[in-house]
Amino acid sequence: MSPSPHSPLPLLAARGLTFTRNDEPVFGPLDFVVAAGEALLVQGDNGAGKTTLLRVLAGLLRADSGEIDIDGRTAQASLRSRAIAYLGHLPAMKADLNALENLNFLCGLHGRRARQLPGDALGMVGLAGHEDSLARQLSAGQKKRLSLARLWLSPAPLWLLDEPYANLDLEGINLVNRMISAHLRDGGAALVTTHGAYAAPPVQTRMLALERPA
Amino acid sequence: MNGPSLLQAGSALLVRDLRLLWRRRGDAFQPALFALLVVVLFALALGGEAQALGKVASAVMWVAVLLAGLLSLDTLFRGDADDGSLEQWILAPVPLAWLVAVRVLSHWLTTALPLILAAPLLGELLHLPRDQLPVLLVSLALGTPLLSLLGAVVAALTVGMRRSGILVALLALPLYVPVLIFGAGSVARSAQGLDAVGALLFLGAGLVLALVLAPLAAAAAIRIALH
Repeated sequence: MSPSPHSPLPLLAARGLTFTRNDEPVFGPLDFVVAAGEALLVQGDNGAGKTTLLRVLAGLLRADSGEIDIDGRTAQASLRSRAIAYLGHLPAMKADLNALENLNFLCGLHGRRARQLPGDALGMVGLAGHEDSLARQLSAGQKKRLSLARLWLSPAPLWLLDEPYANLDLEGINLVNRMISAHLRDGGAALVTTHGAYAAPPVQTRMLALERPA
Repeated sequence: MNGPSLLQAGSALLVRDLRLLWRRRGDAFQPALFALLVVVLFALALGGEAQALGKVASAVMWVAVLLAGLLSLDTLFRGDADDGSLEQWILAPVPLAWLVAVRVLSHWLTTALPLILAAPLLGELLHLPRDQLPVLLVSLALGTPLLSLLGAVVAALTVGMRRSGILVALLALPLYVPVLIFGAGSVARSAQGLDAVGALLFLGAGLVLALVLAPLAAAAAIRIALH
């Protein structure tokens, strides 16, 4: 695969990455690179370790061995937190705050891209008019869209998306694909886990197939 | 990719906490109400004898404030752990210890500060001798943040467990005892006409130490708990 035109170094590189839980290997050793402008689709059955891999990359779990480089530098916690936006299974929304308040808080915590406003992001993900709805009143799909709005506002170049298509309708799946395409055009990169090939962004992708260790 | 400053992230968290508190104000006043109940019941149980009440007033106040804080300890990180907010705290480009410190500040502002402000009134209820009030207020002002900080470490240690109500109390109690001894002790010393400054200085020293170490310890415990 040819190196990306944006930067000579891959945005993310993993070498010999392994993770074990209770002495049982979950995945690895894995070697892969993701360059700016590329998406990496992580595929595998339930329990194959897709979520674990993303949590290791995000820094929520510690790998047993192996190295993770971001932009050619060893991924220290401070570098990781600035370079990575993580969309997990849990929405990280407070049920008693409304959509805009939740978004404002997460932007305050993670920073915000220049010239991007929380209100506009809500419109982009199809939640216009729901600014004042409490998160507890939103459906699972709408909560997902709210998380996508948070992701859209994040200044981090590397997106780690754990099952971004879950709970979304067809239009929502298109929305995710549009967002990933736009993000990659801006020189970002994305790791996307999915257990089926039912949806994939129309961009330059690499595949990483995880299998349960024998 | 400019991250938020410490101040931006801290104020965002504080605003969120205060807003959440306002949305659930019924629950929010529980600790303060609990402390009020303890004080009122004590006054009733001792039958309004000014002499007997005045002797134990400062100790009752201290125990009431301590228990009120303990009551709300389990909620310190529980909600944020359950809905995934804590994950986002860890991933944020500001130190986790800083966010923990801000969370403890909001806990103190909402459980201890109202009681400190109400202390003169509650003291009146318990016939607290007026000359003991300044020492009591100073000891509470120094001691309650220390309780919140120690409690945060315990709450962080147990955040990975499903049900930890009694465990939190058991773990926190030995840490709370020295604070109680120096806090209530300072008032008792001043009541006997002795110098209370020594005990207050101990509280102050403990507070300084906890301000530096407790957020770091709690942050480390949260990282372990979420693994």
